[in-house]
Amino acid sequence: MKRTLCYGLVLMAFVFSTQVIGAEKLHIEGSTTVGPIADGFAEVFKDVYPEVIITVNKSGSGTGAAALVDNRCDIATMSRFMKDKEFKDAITKGVFPVAHAVAMDGVCIVVHPSNPVSALTTEQVRNIYLGKIKNWNQVGGSSSPIVAISRDTASGTYDTFEGFIMKGQKMDSSIEYVSTNPQAFARVKNTRGAIGYVGFGFVQTGVKALTLDGIKPSKQTILSGKYPVSRPLFMFTNGYPELGSTAHKFVTFHLTEIGQEVVEDKGFVPVTNY
Amino acid sequence: MMSSNKNEQTVAAAAGFDQPLLLTYTQDIKGFLLKHLGRIVLFVLTCTSVLAVFLIFLFVILEAFPFLNRFSIVEFLTSTAWYPSAHERPEFGVLALIVGSIYVTITALVFSVPIGILAAVFLSDMISFQVRGIVKSIIEILAAIPSVAYGFFAVLVLAPWLQKHFGFPTGTNALNASLLLSIMALPTIISVAEDSISATGRELREASYALGATRVETMFKVVIPAAHSGIIAAIVLGMMRAIGETMVVWMASGNASQVPHPWWDLSQSVRTMTATIAGDMGETEKGSDHYRALFAIGLLLLVMTFMLNLVSEYFLTRAKKSMGKS
Repeated sequence: MKRTLCYGLVLMAFVFSTQVIGAEKLHIEGSTTVGPIADGFAEVFKDVYPEVIITVNKSGSGTGAAALVDNRCDIATMSRFMKDKEFKDAITKGVFPVAHAVAMDGVCIVVHPSNPVSALTTEQVRNIYLGKIKNWNQVGGSSSPIVAISRDTASGTYDTFEGFIMKGQKMDSSIEYVSTNPQAFARVKNTRGAIGYVGFGFVQTGVKALTLDGIKPSKQTILSGKYPVSRPLFMFTNGYPELGSTAHKFVTFHLTEIGQEVVEDKGFVPVTNY
Repeated sequence: MMSSNKNEQTVAAAAGFDQPLLLTYTQDIKGFLLKHLGRIVLFVLTCTSVLAVFLIFLFVILEAFPFLNRFSIVEFLTSTAWYPSAHERPEFGVLALIVGSIYVTITALVFSVPIGILAAVFLSDMISFQVRGIVKSIIEILAAIPSVAYGFFAVLVLAPWLQKHFGFPTGTNALNASLLLSIMALPTIISVAEDSISATGRELREASYALGATRVETMFKVVIPAAHSGIIAAIVLGMMRAIGETMVVWMASGNASQVPHPWWDLSQSVRTMTATIAGDMGETEKGSDHYRALFAIGLLLLVMTFMLNLVSEYFLTRAKKSMGKS
C-alpha cells in the first residue's frame, strides 16, 4: 500500500515536471529602468498566454547585453543603445541584435523636497558632480554640504547621464555610488543635502525633480526631445523575432493600447498616442 | 546426531569453510584491483577540495597577470585615482579602496573585539549551563541572517538615524559600514573565544582562587592570558569575515572611492575592494583592462585573506598545544 502510494507520487511528479519542461520559456534580462515595463508586460501575458513562463532579471543594461551575446536570454532590456564593443562581440558570436524602442524616458535630477533649489543648469550639475561646487549656497540654496549620488557604471542611466551632462569628464572621487534606481531614490529621500538622478518613472512623492536649463521634465518635453536628457528605452532580440511567436508579441506589445497603458502606468512616456 | 551434522554443514557452507583455502587467479586480481581502486577513488574525492582552492588561485592569477604585466604595480598600489571606465585615459589606482577596506575592518574590530571577548567571558564563566546553551544559539542566529538584510537595514534605518542624531551630511559612510560589520563579526569572535576560554580548565581557576584572587583578577589576569592564543585566533577570524563582506559594504558605505580628508573622519563615504568587484563586474567587457584590474583586486584580497588564515592557523595550533599540555 505504502509502496504504491510512493510510486504514484513519483509518477505524478514526472507528469507535472514534463508539463513544465515542455512549456515555452521566455527569459528577459537587463536594465533596472526598463525592468518594470517588462514586468508589466509579463503580468498581462500571464493572463493572456498562461502556458508561457516569463522570467525577468534586472541587473543593469551591460549585464543584459552580455547575456544576449552569450545566448543566455531571449530579450535584453537596455536603457541605452548597445556599445560598439558589445555589437562587435555579438556579431562574432553569430548574434544579430535588433533594437525595439518601447518607450521614452527622461533622466531627472532629483533633490530632497525640503531643498529650496528647484532649477539648475547643465553646467551647474556638471560642476557639482566634478566636485567644484560643494555647498548648496553656491547654487542658491541654504548653507549645507552637497551629497552627490550617482548610479554605478553598469547602469544605462549612468551612461545617459555621463553622455549628456558630464560630457566625458571624470566624476569627482567623493561621489557616492548606488546600484539601482530605487536605491538612488531612497538615498535622496532620506538625505537632506542629497542630489541624484533617476529615471522619470521613479520620480514620486519623496523627492523633487529639478528644472534643467529651464525645461521641466514632463511627458511632452521628454517625447519631443526638448528636455535635454531624454532617451529611448530598448528591448534587444537576436534577429527579428519570428512573426507570431511569443517573443514577437512581447517586443511589439508597446504598440497596442493595453501596452501603452502599462508603459504610462510605470511612469514612462509611450511612443503611441491612443 | 544426523541433524546436528547437517546443521554444522549448512553453517560451514554459509561461512565459506567448504571452499579451498587458496584464492583462484581471478579472485586474487579482483581483490587487488578493488582495493587499490577504492583507495584511488577516496583519494580523488579528498583532493577535490584542495584542488578547488588551488584552481581558484590559479584562475585569478591567470586573469590578473596580463594587467599586472602591462601596468606598473607600484602605481596600481599607491595611486588613489580609480577611474577604470574613463574613455581617454583610464586610471587604476587602488590605494583608496585598500584604505577603505582597512578602515571599515579595523573600526569594526574596535567595536566588536571588546564586546565579543567580554561576552565570551560572561558565557563561559558566569551563567548557568542551560542559559548558556540558549544564549549561544541566539548568537548563532546573528550569523545566519543574510547580509542583504543587514544592507537594507543600513540604508533604510541606520543611515537616516546617523544623519539625524549626529548631523552627518551623509548617513552611508565608513561608520555605518563598520557598525554593521562589527555585528556580523560578533558571532564568530564570541564562539571561538568562548570555546578557548572554556577549554582552559577548572584547575587554573581553582588555583587562582586558592591563592586569594578575586573573580575579576582571576578572569583578566589568569584565564584570559592563558587562553590568549584562542582569543587572537577568534579576532583574526572575525577580521577575515569583516574584510570579505561584500553586500553590506556595497549598500552601507556609500562607495565613494576617496581617502577621507582628515584621515580620521569616519563620517565620510568610503569604498572597499569587495564592493568595487561586486559593483563593476557586471558591466565590464570580458578581457578588457577594467576586467583584469578587477581580477588584480581580487588577487590582492585573496592574498590578504590567505595571510590572515595562516596567522589564525598558527595561533589555533598554539592554543591546541597548550590545551593538550594542561
